[in-house]
Amino acid sequence: MKNILIIFSLLALNLNSQSDSSKIKRAPTDTSKMLLNMDAVYNRPFLQYGKIPVALGGYMEANTNYAVTDGITEGLSFQMRRMTLFVSSSIHRKIKFLSEIEFEDGTKEINIEFAALDFQLHHLVNFRGGIIMNPIGGFNQNHDGPRWEFIDRPISATQLLPATFSNVGFGFYGKTYQPKYVWAYELYLTNGWNDRIIGNSQNKTYLPATKLDPERFEESFNGVPMTNAKTSLRFKGIGEIGLSYMGGVYNKFQDDGLTFDKKRRADVFAVDFNTSLRTKTNITAEFAWTFIDVPDTYTQQYGKKQHGGFIDIVQPLIKRPMFGFEKASFNIAMRAEYVDWNVGTFNETGGNIADDIFSIVPAISFRTSSQTVIRLNYRYQWQKDLLGNPASRTAAIQFGISSYF
Amino acid sequence: MLFLMKRLFIYFTFLTILVISCKKLTPKLPEDHQILEGPIKGLTAAEQDQFLKGDIGFGAVFTPQNGLGPIFVANSCASCHAGDGKGHPFTTLTRFGQTDSTGNQFVQLGGPQLQNRAIPGYSPEIIPSGATSSKILPPANTGLGYLDAVSDQDLLLMSDPNDADADGISGVPNWVNVPAYCQFRANAISMNGKHMARFGKKGAAYDLIQQTANAYNQDMGINSTYESIDTYRKQPVEPEVSNTTLQNVVFYLKTLKAPVQRNANDADVIAGKQIFMSTGCDKCHRAELKTGSSPIKVLSNITFHPYTDLLLHDMGPALDDNYTEGSAKTSEWKTPALWGLGLSKKSQGGSYFLMHDGRAHSIDEAIQLHGGEALQIRLAYGNLSMTERDQLLKFLESL
Ligand code: HEC
Ligand code: HEC
Repeated sequence: MKNILIIFSLLALNLNSQSDSSKIKRAPTDTSKMLLNMDAVYNRPFLQYGKIPVALGGYMEANTNYAVTDGITEGLSFQMRRMTLFVSSSIHRKIKFLSEIEFEDGTKEINIEFAALDFQLHHLVNFRGGIIMNPIGGFNQNHDGPRWEFIDRPISATQLLPATFSNVGFGFYGKTYQPKYVWAYELYLTNGWNDRIIGNSQNKTYLPATKLDPERFEESFNGVPMTNAKTSLRFKGIGEIGLSYMGGVYNKFQDDGLTFDKKRRADVFAVDFNTSLRTKTNITAEFAWTFIDVPDTYTQQYGKKQHGGFIDIVQPLIKRPMFGFEKASFNIAMRAEYVDWNVGTFNETGGNIADDIFSIVPAISFRTSSQTVIRLNYRYQWQKDLLGNPASRTAAIQFGISSYF
Repeated sequence: MLFLMKRLFIYFTFLTILVISCKKLTPKLPEDHQILEGPIKGLTAAEQDQFLKGDIGFGAVFTPQNGLGPIFVANSCASCHAGDGKGHPFTTLTRFGQTDSTGNQFVQLGGPQLQNRAIPGYSPEIIPSGATSSKILPPANTGLGYLDAVSDQDLLLMSDPNDADADGISGVPNWVNVPAYCQFRANAISMNGKHMARFGKKGAAYDLIQQTANAYNQDMGINSTYESIDTYRKQPVEPEVSNTTLQNVVFYLKTLKAPVQRNANDADVIAGKQIFMSTGCDKCHRAELKTGSSPIKVLSNITFHPYTDLLLHDMGPALDDNYTEGSAKTSEWKTPALWGLGLSKKSQGGSYFLMHDGRAHSIDEAIQLHGGEALQIRLAYGNLSMTERDQLLKFLESL
């Protein structure tokens, strides 16, 4: 971790000391091809200096937050959500390296989200190794703040699926371009879950709790790799659909040769979809289902099945030069999202187990370009406890900025 | 350009309206009478601070990593006492193997309480064959500080062990051995070394410290210096919750407000209250009690309306669960407070689960289940006209 920070600062110094800005180039983002969510990691604005084979980039997000839950508010606060730095380099025509480091909530959390080497053997066979962003759903792969009109990440992508979930591992991916469509696959084996999934302060089955294990980049929790596969298809004029699967054993079934329990799995399936209509309306949607083998003798507090998703609709209203920005646009947007952390019925009564959340987020945004966004969100949210008692209601008003740099 | 200006103007107007209406667009604080949660008004700043700390302790979730189990029933106080209200069959406790005051016959087999859940890799308990068992649903936690501060004398005055007034209703305290870590109330009354207890469905816990230390230990497998015998290992272990946290939780329980009555001035509610008194419900569900002096000022010398006498009553064979605690008989139950009754559904997932095991799904059904000492009064309830019954039920729902 430290080393990488040093490399970053050296590169930055290097840029400053020789600040000959004519040599700093913006590596163009690829707009020619039909792109998939999986391309998002490389399709970012990078800065390149002269002929050095290293490109730098990143993005930041900051916002104000004013939320009221059942009449109680903590007042107004300003949040530095995150700053993310990317470094990419072409080691060889067929070997690329990309890393992404994220600083969340100031420096409370520092994560390497991505740090992988890609070897191109054939366009259908690329080998990838390192810290890999697990391709589950679309958001996990394509999560950069400036791309979204919403300040909060979707609840289903942060509290059902682990957001920016990445793990050490290896695997293959490939793509084929046809005149009418592009098809891609990804297949990785990585380190996986741990038992915090069913032992966490959220009091619910919570896949993101896996991220709390500080040792997960060093060693697998139980020695069984997680399998992650995704296939995506984009049809010209129709849109992209992705089907993904991620699953593995989450418990420590044995230690030091002693067996404690059977192997218990947590499996996730997701569908993601995005399209652009003729009216320039962008629609992005994702839905995920999780299946967790929670022991029957544990508590129903921790669900065996969960599901949830979101749909975002973004409508550009004005797209023309504004306030001196050539490619400015003004947009309205709406997100609807839902998560049920415990799908099932109580053994005792046969009644529904609730533990769910529903929210709607109308938004307006002003983009100076596709890379920088100023956005205003309003959120209204209903959350029910396990027993399905009257929902606690939250409203939030948020104003924020996000930009690549 | 003009067109653009116009549009922008519209959006900014919209934006301004949005910001101005912030207050309108946010959910309001529920009024005091709509919810059970919340502290008693008038606590000092230091008391509020301790209340908040206790609230956090009450909501704290235990996991296998921080001490849960290995065998347990639930993993936080709040899981069973959602919104400080009554519980749900999902959070019911089962106790077994204790049919009279000679104590538990199955201590070595896991008695008295069944820990029916276990962390992964462990097996939960099962009821040993030959043991009788009882299911009990969590009661509400509201207004407990007031109930705690009623003097022993006052309770004794209401009791009538030999039914001297020949109304068929006796009412006795539960006499128990008090653990050494509890402090006796001022002017505590004792009989043959035993004291009058008042918490729990059989009224067998002396005070809120005993109730809380037992809940940590028996319900969650969280040991403290007060109750240090682990339910699984059956031997003393290191504490998993500090005494400070435990005392904060006790303070929180003591300073939870009393439920606030709704529609008290409605004509039907007023008529219903009169029927409640004249039918004789008040002989057990005492409308008015008063506290003695308390170190918490807002609890000192207060008259309050819990609708309980905190005494045990024989409720007849249908409610006899073949299980007992302290000096209570198996058919005896402590009169539950009726305050907050109308809000029960809000913490029980939308349905009523009344009586000790939640078998009654409406207030009417709960009344119909009264037997034993309450038999005459249930019959009187049966003889009420439809209007009178409706008025009585309206009154009960207003509580
Ligand atoms: C598994 C569910 C469960 C958990 C967990 C639980 N309780 Fe309870 N609670 C109950 C039940 C059931 C009763 C009735 C017990 C009895 O009759 O002895 C009860 C009774 C009580 C009472 C007595 C109220 C009265 O009116 O007499 C108090 C106070 C209380 N609980 C506080 C707590 C605290 C504090 C915690 C956490 C340390 C806790 N409970 C954890 C289920 C639970
Ligand atoms: C002899 C004493 C006695 C009398 C008289 C009596 N009750 Fe009760 N009541 C009890 C006891 C004890 C329970 C708890 C029984 C149990 O949990 O199984 C109870 C339970 C209830 C409950 C359910 C409360 C809960 O939290 O589950 C209601 C409602 C109720 N009584 C209303 C009435 C009404 C109305 C009357 C008059 C018609 C009445 N009671 C008369 C002793 C009495």
